[in-house]
Amino acid sequence: MSNVYSVPRNPSVDMTDSTVVDGFDQRSWDMVGSLNLSLQLPTGAVLIELAEQGRDEIVVCTADLGRPTQVINFGKRYPHRYFNFGIAERNMIGAAAGLATTGFVPFVSNYSFFLALMGAENIRNDIAYPNLKVRLIGTHSGLAMGFYGTSHHCNEDIGLLRAIAGLTVMAPCDANAIRSALAATLDHDGPIYFRVGRGREPVVYDSPPDFRIGGSNRLREGTDATVFAIGNLVKASLEAHDILAKEGIGLGVVDMYSIRPIDEAAILAAAGTQRVVFSAEEHNITSGFGSAVAEVLTRHGAATRLVRIGVPDQYSVLGPPTHLYRHYGLDGEGVARTVREALRGPSASGGT
Amino acid sequence: MIRRETVKLTDICGSGHYGSAFSMAELIASLYYEFLHVDPKQPRWADRDRFTMGKGHAAIGLYPVLADLGFFTWDELYTYTRLGSPFGDHPDMRKVKGADFSSGSIGHNLSVSVGMALGLRAKGSPARVVCMMGDGEQAEGQVWEAAMSAAHYGLDSLVGIVDINKVGSDGQVSDSMNNEPLDDKWRAFGWEVLRLDGHDYNAIGDALDRALNGGRGRPTVLLADTIAGKGVSFMEGTWQWHLGFLGPTDRDRALAEIEGASI
Repeated sequence: MSNVYSVPRNPSVDMTDSTVVDGFDQRSWDMVGSLNLSLQLPTGAVLIELAEQGRDEIVVCTADLGRPTQVINFGKRYPHRYFNFGIAERNMIGAAAGLATTGFVPFVSNYSFFLALMGAENIRNDIAYPNLKVRLIGTHSGLAMGFYGTSHHCNEDIGLLRAIAGLTVMAPCDANAIRSALAATLDHDGPIYFRVGRGREPVVYDSPPDFRIGGSNRLREGTDATVFAIGNLVKASLEAHDILAKEGIGLGVVDMYSIRPIDEAAILAAAGTQRVVFSAEEHNITSGFGSAVAEVLTRHGAATRLVRIGVPDQYSVLGPPTHLYRHYGLDGEGVARTVREALRGPSASGGT
Repeated sequence: MIRRETVKLTDICGSGHYGSAFSMAELIASLYYEFLHVDPKQPRWADRDRFTMGKGHAAIGLYPVLADLGFFTWDELYTYTRLGSPFGDHPDMRKVKGADFSSGSIGHNLSVSVGMALGLRAKGSPARVVCMMGDGEQAEGQVWEAAMSAAHYGLDSLVGIVDINKVGSDGQVSDSMNNEPLDDKWRAFGWEVLRLDGHDYNAIGDALDRALNGGRGRPTVLLADTIAGKGVSFMEGTWQWHLGFLGPTDRDRALAEIEGASI
């Protein structure tokens, strides 16, 4: 029988902090054990590496979430470059702006639903409008918090932040993608929002992938249709590719990690040869990544049909995340089903 | 000078926050002519003292001082609010030389100032940070988040000023949302509190001298009791002139009163 202490050890978590020791029930776990499961959220480790390479400008800000968002180790290593503002997100965003004016590059690490939703106006006025070099890392996005409920879901951050001029929005989908994302964009002279998960995401990349603002990674070829995916839906789409391949359907899969600016050429290449393409995201289908894909298609007058896969325009039911993904058709089977039905004809399609 | 130019700028624009600019005129003058270390030739000098406008709508009272000091020319300033001008009702740090931060959304800039003070301290800079707030602004919860964090981090290079002119868009601040006793609130949040007459140069000088040369391990706030519209008799103490416009005759009447005084 396995428990949270016997899964692969997360090198970023100091397991000696745990109070669950010999003599506890096999199934018991505490905060430390929980963090051990978040293997795909290496923010702190990456920032320590960059700092060790001489990037003295890196500082970290959080709002009482340094442990859950995995930046606590940066604070232990560089206590004078780590600022915890308590549960006061708007103050944290403003202070990060102030720090940026003095030459530091603040990495703000916090839950996406508080950082992006509560902080949207502060991000706009204090970070984006003055075009400050601040990195906002919104974690636990989408439905990652499952049964915590709607207050802890974040299906609106892309829609909100995509409307803020000057703000780059990206979604690295696993640990290696985050590793690439933070390093590759370090010198970008403007603000960036990184939409990431809880750290329990399935692995897509075996090593740090190519990552650039406005780029994308084509992961599978397929002649019948293409799915443009972000976040957890990248892995789900890869699984759908395998499922559909057995049925003779060729599904191309592209990791569209750069939401804004978006890789128009990648979208138009598929739109030019395929009669239906798909967007896939763990976000409200209204105003999200799929809407960004739709804007590209309409701007260029593409005749291709777009089917948006995502969370319907409503508040999610409760449940463990994997159950929610299955419920909303956001797992491999769900993506395969939507693709299969759409290829059969518009009238049979579940999404639009 | 500040009040005269505020009237002139309002004349260009057709609308202005007279009340808020006039109430802080002595505070701004004392800061820029006596205390702040700034260099108009190097507006981005790393070790300059910073000044942020929590009450950004009173920028019309700040611009004339920056022009007078030479950050930009009077002719540039007189493009105020015209299409494409750098100078709007609220300051834009990317367009206005000498403006250390953009503002307009009430309650943000003390947080920004906290970040500035943290960053400057981490870099070993002697620079100090002053944030001018309104008394209506004290209703913003974020102000108190910022106040708490400034005390937590022992930011004695940070000075807050609250221009207590007692009026806002909807009338008396105490009617919209009473914030007094402010002394007790700021003290409870860990700040050194100095309450003073915000139109008395000697009192302002003493308070700023103490606040800016502190080293007491905690931030200081100046609670400056002021009069909205100070300097123009028919505006003084009224909420009606928080925002407005003067026709030519009234403008000249206001200017005559202002020219009789020193600022």
